[in-house]
Amino acid sequence: MAPILDIKSLYKNYGTTEILKDINVAIEPGDFLVLVGPSGCGKSTLLNCIAGLEPISGGSLHIGGKDMTHVSPKDRDIAMVFQSYALYPTMSVAKNITFGMKVRGIDQATQDRKLAEVASQLQIEQLLNRRPGQLSGGQRQRVAMGRALVRDPKLFLFDEPLSNLDAKLRVEMRSEIKKLHQTLGASMVYVTHDQIEAMTLATKIVVMKGGVIQQIGSPSEIYNRPANLFVADFMGSPAMNLIPAKIRQNGGDAQIEITRSTGAPIVFHDPKAKGLPEDVILGLRPEDIAESGFRAGEGVQEAECQVEMVEPAGADTYVVSELGGKQVTARMHAETSAVPGQSLSFAFDLSKVSYFSTGSGERLN
Amino acid sequence: MADLAHSTPRSQSNLGRIALRWLLYILLAVFALYYLMPLFVMVTTSLKSLDEIRTGSLVALPREVTFDAWKTAWSGACTGIQCEGLQPYFWNSVLLAVPAVMISTLIGALNGYVIAQWRFKGANLIFSLMLFGCFIPFQVVLLPMARLLGMMGLAGTIPGLIFVHVIYGIGFTTLFFRNYYVTIPSELVKAAKVDGANFFRIFWSIFLPLSLPIIVVTVIWQFTQIWNDFLFGVSFSQAGTQPVTVALNNIVNSTTGVKEYNVDMAAAIIAALPTLLVYVVAGKYFIRGLTAGSVKG
Repeated sequence: MAPILDIKSLYKNYGTTEILKDINVAIEPGDFLVLVGPSGCGKSTLLNCIAGLEPISGGSLHIGGKDMTHVSPKDRDIAMVFQSYALYPTMSVAKNITFGMKVRGIDQATQDRKLAEVASQLQIEQLLNRRPGQLSGGQRQRVAMGRALVRDPKLFLFDEPLSNLDAKLRVEMRSEIKKLHQTLGASMVYVTHDQIEAMTLATKIVVMKGGVIQQIGSPSEIYNRPANLFVADFMGSPAMNLIPAKIRQNGGDAQIEITRSTGAPIVFHDPKAKGLPEDVILGLRPEDIAESGFRAGEGVQEAECQVEMVEPAGADTYVVSELGGKQVTARMHAETSAVPGQSLSFAFDLSKVSYFSTGSGERLN
Repeated sequence: MADLAHSTPRSQSNLGRIALRWLLYILLAVFALYYLMPLFVMVTTSLKSLDEIRTGSLVALPREVTFDAWKTAWSGACTGIQCEGLQPYFWNSVLLAVPAVMISTLIGALNGYVIAQWRFKGANLIFSLMLFGCFIPFQVVLLPMARLLGMMGLAGTIPGLIFVHVIYGIGFTTLFFRNYYVTIPSELVKAAKVDGANFFRIFWSIFLPLSLPIIVVTVIWQFTQIWNDFLFGVSFSQAGTQPVTVALNNIVNSTTGVKEYNVDMAAAIIAALPTLLVYVVAGKYFIRGLTAGSVKG
C-alpha cells in the first residue's frame, strides 16, 4: 500500500537557523506515528510543516499519495488537535465542531447528522450548547477531538494534546485516544515530549533531537535497541543505565570489565562484544538487572555490588548501586533483601545489553 | 504603619484608622468638588437670564430657571453673519465623527489582527512606525495635508475631514487592537486555517466577536478625539462644513457688545454632551477593555 504520509529530505530554516534537517519519514495507513523529543527539538515545527501551517524550506511532503508540499492547510485533508485546544471562545460547542463544515459550505442536514454522530461517540451531547469557557479541561479536550473527528480526514495531527491535563485525566484520555485509533483505524501523527505517551500510543516512534531524527522504529525497537546514547537515555523511566566499560578481547571470547566502588572490577563474558573497541558504554535497562536467583537465562551473569540506596515504588523497588563511576539502578521485586550500605548479589541479563561508542554515542552491536 | 498598629492598644489604632478614613473621604470630596465646580457654574449660568448674571454671584443658583439661552445656543446664536445657532454644525460633527470613528476602528482592527496574528517580515517595523505616527503633532502636517486634500478635491468638505481623522486615528486604533489580539493564542488562527477559513473569515467569525471590549475602548477614544478636535476642524473646513467645536468658538468670539455668557455656556455644554453620553453609556466596558488581556476566562 502507498504510504499515507511520505516526507522526503525535508528542511526547515528560520533565517539562517536550521530547525529541521533532512527529515525522512513515511507511514502506512492506520499507523500511529509519535514524534518525541525534548522541548526545542523541532517536533512541533515538523507537525506544523505537515499541517501546512509552516512553509518548508526544502524537500517534499506527500499525503495520501498527493504532493502537498505547497498546498494550503485546508486542502490537505487533515485535522489537527492543539495543545491549548484552540476552541473558538465565542462559539458554542456545536458551532465549534461544525465551523469547518460551515466554512466549506456543507449542507445543514449533513452538518447536523455528523455533529450528532461525533457528539455521541465522544459523549459530549449534553455540552453542545455551552461555551468553551464553561467546560473543564477534559471536556475541552473532547470538544477539540470532536472538531477533528467530524472532518473524517486522511490524517489526524495531534500537538501535545494531553499536556494541559492533570495526571489522572491524562492517563484516561491517553487510553481513549488509543481506543479511538483502534476503532477508527485512522492514520495519526502525534507530538509529545512524554516518552510514556510515546511508548503506549505509537505503532511507530520518531525520536528527535536538535532538528535531526535520532531513530525511527517500533516502540519495542526503540526501547530494546536504541540507536544511540541520546535515545537510550531519553526513552524509558527510570532511564537506561549507561555504564563505562572496558572490553578485553580474549581469543574467541570477549571480557567486559566494569569498575566497582569497592573491590576488584566486575568481569562479564559476552561473545557479542567481540570486535568492539576497547572503551565502550554498556547500556542495560533497570529491569534487566535483578537480584540473584530471580532471573535465569543464557545471558544472566552474577556479581556482588554495594547497595547505596533503596527506593520502594510499590510494585517494584529500585536499588541503586555505583558501577564504573555511574549510578546504576536495578529494578527488583518489592520484597527485596537489599539494605543500603551492604553488598548484594546482582543478576545482569547480558542478552539485553546494548553497547555504545564512547565517542560518537552510536550503537555498536 | 503596621508596626505602629501593633505597638499601640487596639482602641487607639481603631481611632487612628477611622481618622485616616475620614481624612481620605474629605480629600476625595474636596477634589470632586474642585472638578465639578466648572460644570456647576456652566450649568447654572446657562439657566440664568443675562440680568441675573450681571447682578448675581457666579456660584449662586439661578433665581428663575430659563431655557432661553439653550434655545438660542441651539438655533439662534450668531456665528459671524449667520444666526442659525449650533444646530447645523452639530450635525456636521455627527456626519463627520460617526463615519470617521467607524472607519478608523475597522481599519485599526484589521491592522491589529494582521500585525498580531499574521506576522510577516517587517511587521514590527510597520507597527513601530504607526506608533510613531501617534505622536506626530497635528501642526506639523497641516500644510502638507491641506495640499493633499486640495489635490484630492476634498478641501473644505466633510469627507476631507473624515479622511484626515481616519489617517490620524489609525495609529491609536491599531495600537489598541494589536495589543488586544496579541494576547489571543496563535493556535486559534491555526485551528481555523485547518478548518478551512481564510483571512477575512477568521477575522470576521472568530476575532471580531471576541473584540467587544476593545471596540468600545477604541470607539470612545476615537469619538472623543474627533468630536473635540478643533485644529483640523478649523483648518480644513469652510463656511457650512465646520464642526461644532469651530462653531462654538465662533459664537463665543464673534459676539459684539454684551457677552451672552448664558448662551456661551449652553453652547459649550451642547458641544460637550455627545462625548459625555458616549462615556456614560459605554464607560463600564471602557474600564473592562483597558484591563482586558490581563485576565483570561
